[in-house]
Amino acid sequence: MKDSLYNYTLRLGDTSLILAQRLSEWTGHGPFLEEDLALTNIALDIFGRAKGLLEYAAKKEGKGRTEDDLAFFRSDREFFNLLITEQPNGDYAKTMIRQSIIDCFDLLFYTELAKSKDLTLAGIASKSVKEITYHKRHSFSWVVRFGNGTEESFSRLQKGLNEIWAYSGELFEMNEDDHNLIKEGIAVDLDSLKQKWELEIKDLFEKANLVIPETLFMQQGSRKALHSEYLGYILAEMQSIPRMHPNAKW
Amino acid sequence: MNKDSQGELWEVFVQKKSGQPFVHCGNLHAYDKEMALQNARDLYTRRGEGMSLWIVLSSSIVASSPEDAGSFFEPSNDKIYRHPTFYQIPDGIGHM
Repeated sequence: MKDSLYNYTLRLGDTSLILAQRLSEWTGHGPFLEEDLALTNIALDIFGRAKGLLEYAAKKEGKGRTEDDLAFFRSDREFFNLLITEQPNGDYAKTMIRQSIIDCFDLLFYTELAKSKDLTLAGIASKSVKEITYHKRHSFSWVVRFGNGTEESFSRLQKGLNEIWAYSGELFEMNEDDHNLIKEGIAVDLDSLKQKWELEIKDLFEKANLVIPETLFMQQGSRKALHSEYLGYILAEMQSIPRMHPNAKW
Repeated sequence: MNKDSQGELWEVFVQKKSGQPFVHCGNLHAYDKEMALQNARDLYTRRGEGMSLWIVLSSSIVASSPEDAGSFFEPSNDKIYRHPTFYQIPDGIGHM
């Protein structure tokens, strides 16, 4: 049971960490100043959540590791972030459509997690709900804007959706750890979120004139730490400095 | 500069606490009201500057011109009787 809580929290922390890392690639490259700052702020919020979760996971592991140890000294076969978070950002339209899929899920998920019997997770979750409410408003309004803009903005948006949709199924995957913790009132039953998420996403896509691509199967593998080729590069960049100077102090 | 490339210019005002005046803190470019409001939040409230935001299209602001400063504002300089400094507030009133 103790392992399940560690695994569960680690997975949530990894997902936030890799997503924040991807989003921060936009820093200095935003389409214009205001959006550059907006996305940087959003990335910062998500890093904060990652820190809280990984800090708790390290505590649960009980081996004296810190959140920095977990973030910077694990290899890609030890990471459990969802595959959708490690996909390339692409253009702004693709980043926004991916973010809308994630934000819609995260708001539903963390709202439920705020009721968890584990008080630390509940605390992190209720703080996150306020942040995610804003993130969702931001990504949703951009999706609608791109979908109703020009021919180019729409076609980039649809292309982005076509590329990312196959990674949305994994959001709802549960394994033994989930089921163990659901019994204890700690984890969220993801099945209960699926219908609401589908309704909200379909509604958003309609407003943006998007067509949901036909998929033969949904990508998966992160529960077993099986990742796409991108994670290796993300970690190499993220971990390079701590690994070069492992005892550095700020 | 091509106007289409950046959107319109909006002035941003932040209110620190309820009841206090909104203070001008800067401006930004945005294409519509919703984006202007979100961008104002992202740019000007990072350090807890306030609890409420106003955004106004810069083109909506009517400003006095520097040439008018003389006729607009100088005549009130020598009318000190307009200030409330000569009035003694009776003790019973407390704070005003």
